[in-house]
Amino acid sequence: MIRESKLEIEHAVYRQVVDAGDYWMHVVKQGQTLRILDLEGNQAADTLFYSADDPTERYSAIDTIREQGNVYLTAGSQLLSNEGRVMLEITADTCGRHDTLGGACATESNTVRYALEKKCMHACRDSWMLAVAEHPEFAMSKRDITHNINFFMNVPITPEGGLTFADGISDAGKYVELQAKMDVIALVSNCPQLNNPCNAYNPTPVEVIVWND
Amino acid sequence: MHSLPGAIIMAEIYPDNELMYEDELPGGAHWSMLMRRGTILRLVDIDGGANVGMLFYNPGEKLERYNAPDTLKCQHTFKLTRGHCLYSDMGRIFCSIVDDSVGWHDTVGGNLTDAAMEKRWGRKNYQRFRNDRTLSGEHSFKVELAKHGLGKRDMAANVNWFSRVHTDEDGNMLFDADNSKAGDHVDLRFEMDTLVIFHTCPHPLNTETNYPRRPIRYQIRKAAAVQDDDECMNSRPENKRGFQNTNLYYLQGGQ
Repeated sequence: MIRESKLEIEHAVYRQVVDAGDYWMHVVKQGQTLRILDLEGNQAADTLFYSADDPTERYSAIDTIREQGNVYLTAGSQLLSNEGRVMLEITADTCGRHDTLGGACATESNTVRYALEKKCMHACRDSWMLAVAEHPEFAMSKRDITHNINFFMNVPITPEGGLTFADGISDAGKYVELQAKMDVIALVSNCPQLNNPCNAYNPTPVEVIVWND
Repeated sequence: MHSLPGAIIMAEIYPDNELMYEDELPGGAHWSMLMRRGTILRLVDIDGGANVGMLFYNPGEKLERYNAPDTLKCQHTFKLTRGHCLYSDMGRIFCSIVDDSVGWHDTVGGNLTDAAMEKRWGRKNYQRFRNDRTLSGEHSFKVELAKHGLGKRDMAANVNWFSRVHTDEDGNMLFDADNSKAGDHVDLRFEMDTLVIFHTCPHPLNTETNYPRRPIRYQIRKAAAVQDDDECMNSRPENKRGFQNTNLYYLQGGQ
């Protein structure tokens, strides 16, 4: 569902461009709104959320889709934790549909999906490994890296039980906005994948923007 | 060479596909066990309408665990059935589905929480109902994971054997109440030594009036050696690479 934002960029309290292949780890406070902006189009932002008070409480893809009864995320979707609590709500979305079943790329899964020789190509999970290693203050490890959201990624599920990776439906300037319902740690990997159409074989920067309540 | 664990010795003296062990699990119960590489676990739905929630871990490195998104995306499927492999997050294969009389098993519906169980069916406690109490999948996984030093941080999207969740054109999720029949079975051939955590609690989208309590039988057989023309290994080029990764793990001394 397309829903445009009423927030104005000059009122933002935080702006940061995240290059493809980099991670962004940041606390978003309850009431704040986080926008992820696809600057050049067809980019995938692989995203995880954790309760800032207790990072063992975290975004749960399967609980979120089951409780809303639909496999896609869009405006109005409430992102649930593994404790069944609402962590964030998608309050604006000019892309229309986001995936949360396709997971993230990892060097190991790249060997399966593309070729054994591609094992050293950069992947989202490597960015997350670096993030947890560089942020000991959150006391997180590989145990905490779970099933993520792929903002801007198009993964259609068919009634017959198929799952495909289609060309992105995002475009330059499209965005998704989430209002935090609790203090959350946002962990974004701006996807470096060069082997599939999720980012048009050309990973590009995204911008993250935060507004106060 | 022969200083191998007992399970392997047992597997060595049994012919391929001969039943080595079987047992039943009542509905609404939980268990965990080690499956050895080269054995087949058959799950049988005794009465029809069963659900088996299941998680998989590498017992030698429990950070390696079943990864539903990787499993689905590398085989371009939303359902699990014969010919599919179940992947760990490390690009290796815990098990292959070598036979299946059902046709569709779910791995996106998740697990029945305590709160959802209480809301739908109420809670029958142990004090009054003894072992006919009602258990949730959440309770079951917590107990079995804790036996192996694992906790909620280690919980991943599970498989729900015998259950079907499909979608319409708009992505709405629909639960099929009539998916598995009495006597239906699914066979998992283990390609790695695997810690299997499982329960027989209801699927979270099951809306039956009374708490469904469906027993299963589970059987262990020795698997025939994987041949070059193996159906699961050849069902997709991705699976061939998954098998190569798994073989490499054991070549490098994986425990």
